[in-house]
Amino acid sequence: MSAGQPPLDSPEIRRLTPVLGPGHTYGSVTDKISAIVLTRPTSFGWFVGFAIAFSLMGMMTIAIAWLVTKGTGIWGINIPIGWGFAIVNFVWWIGIGHAGTLISAILFLLNQKWRTSINRFAEAMTLFAVACAGIFPLIHTGRPWLAYWMFPYPSTMGIWPQFRSPLIWDVFAVSTYGTVSLLFWFVGLIPDLATLRDRSIKKPAQIIYGMLAMGWRGSARHWHRYQSAYLLLAGLATPLVLSVHTVVSFDFAIAIVPGWHTTIFPPYFVAGAIYSGFAMVLTIAIPLRKAYNLEDFITMRHLDNMAKVMLATGLIVAYGYFFEFFMSLYSGNKFDVFLVQQRLHGPYAPFYYALILCNILTPQLLWFYKMRHNVAVLFIMSIVVNIGMWLERFVIVVISLTRDFMPSAWGRYSPTFWDWATFIGTIGMFVMLIFLFVRVLPAISIAEMRELVAETSEENK
Amino acid sequence: MEHRSHLYGVMGEFTTPEEFIEAARKVREAGYRRFDAYAPFPVEGLSEAMHLKRNLVPMITLLGGLAGGLGGFGFQYWVNVSSYAMNIGGRPLNSWPAFIPVTFELTILGAALSAVLGMLALNGLPQPHHPVFNVHRFSHASADRFFICIEARDKKFHLVETARFLQGLHAHHVSEVSDD
Repeated sequence: MSAGQPPLDSPEIRRLTPVLGPGHTYGSVTDKISAIVLTRPTSFGWFVGFAIAFSLMGMMTIAIAWLVTKGTGIWGINIPIGWGFAIVNFVWWIGIGHAGTLISAILFLLNQKWRTSINRFAEAMTLFAVACAGIFPLIHTGRPWLAYWMFPYPSTMGIWPQFRSPLIWDVFAVSTYGTVSLLFWFVGLIPDLATLRDRSIKKPAQIIYGMLAMGWRGSARHWHRYQSAYLLLAGLATPLVLSVHTVVSFDFAIAIVPGWHTTIFPPYFVAGAIYSGFAMVLTIAIPLRKAYNLEDFITMRHLDNMAKVMLATGLIVAYGYFFEFFMSLYSGNKFDVFLVQQRLHGPYAPFYYALILCNILTPQLLWFYKMRHNVAVLFIMSIVVNIGMWLERFVIVVISLTRDFMPSAWGRYSPTFWDWATFIGTIGMFVMLIFLFVRVLPAISIAEMRELVAETSEENK
Repeated sequence: MEHRSHLYGVMGEFTTPEEFIEAARKVREAGYRRFDAYAPFPVEGLSEAMHLKRNLVPMITLLGGLAGGLGGFGFQYWVNVSSYAMNIGGRPLNSWPAFIPVTFELTILGAALSAVLGMLALNGLPQPHHPVFNVHRFSHASADRFFICIEARDKKFHLVETARFLQGLHAHHVSEVSDD
């Protein structure tokens, strides 16, 4: 470093780290992002990654086929632990699915420019995570072919779903969330699909993108209504994203099981969801920008900001853990006090300590600027947080259920091969969908990047 | 006035958003009403330059949200109070706090669906073809160029003069847009 230059971590330099690399024009952002889909040859690494992910998904398919043949007895669940992996994984995936809509909607309303280059794939990630999440309660019913019974339809049985049950609220919350996330994602994609339609050379691509773009031509009158609709969707998705994990937490909090029956669950579930969601966005963003040379678009500023959001939500989660403890002890309720002892000294205590290590202690490194600007550290950290959040759900579901009120009804839980095969299989499905998405759709919103070019060029004048 | 049935209008191309907005304003000030501007991203100030009125999307969204919310609550009320009433220990049939989560979700669902479908319907999408696509250079409207098209059905439209007018606004590649 030459003399006279401010040190790298000085506030001046930090403010200068742009959300978009220098020298970009409308044409260059369009070329660079659409080229990933249209002209760039599919790399060998892509095929390898896709093949691995696809095989894992195949394993999931086999596991589900075996489940349908034999029933849920192939899993480790039994009374008193009826929930097990299915619910742990459901809550984990749905939590991951929160970051996309949060980035798209809340950061949009807050006018945060840095959301622009990460919102598209974060939304895609949301959709795929919700798809993975949806599998679990469905197969956990044991008779997934009758899952439509959860929806209110005029049946010959003459009965309706129990609308007072959190499990039915969940059906509505998750399906609404999936639908609205899909709409939000698709509306954002329309102008980009038009770009791909106009730039693709091959006839099949022109036809497919053309049909998906629905004849979008960028008319001012269309943009006018489009912007209203997008803003409204953002406004609607904001309370929705906060409600979904609240409703998921009701699945626990409405029950009287020790450790579940607490009012802190909704906010701390939502914070945990955002925490794990941002971790997953980082897990995807870091290899993505590396593989497709997108360092100009997903800059260190983005990674830094995401790390800060992770740190902040991680602290809220830590506060949640602390107050869970405090309230249990302060209440004097012997079952709650016993639960605390079980977490600290019971048979699943190692999971609890691992959870504290992953979710509370390790992320404290993010206080340091150097750590937030070390891509490798961030990547490892994001995976650690994802593991930590999975452990959190495991601890909540399993420790409370194995030892509740009556010692005669206590039990143990350990997952079987089929539990693991299904869980790892959904990770494969998720990764496979991400690979397909990156290959066939623009991973960064081109229209919004052009807007960013216009805004930054105005600022420089 | 010269009018040819196969003519949709005259189109001019612009390079920067500033020229483009300025041109849209001048087209409007010159008395043209049947024209549209095309941009690869929502250009700030364009709606004002074209005097676009407030649109109906927010109203449709509000109605959709109200329909979803009232319908959702009403349905749960009907199910629990009338269609499938179950007296469990004398608890109230209309236990409304328990109906709130589903009501809320259906409000959002109704509003979001109507926002998107309303926007598409008002925009006349999906629309498989439009005359502006006949202009070869129009493919840049989804990348890096801005276009203004004055339509032949405008009362003030005159092929030669309108084209000259667009050129006077620093438009490049002023061209006819055919209607077929």
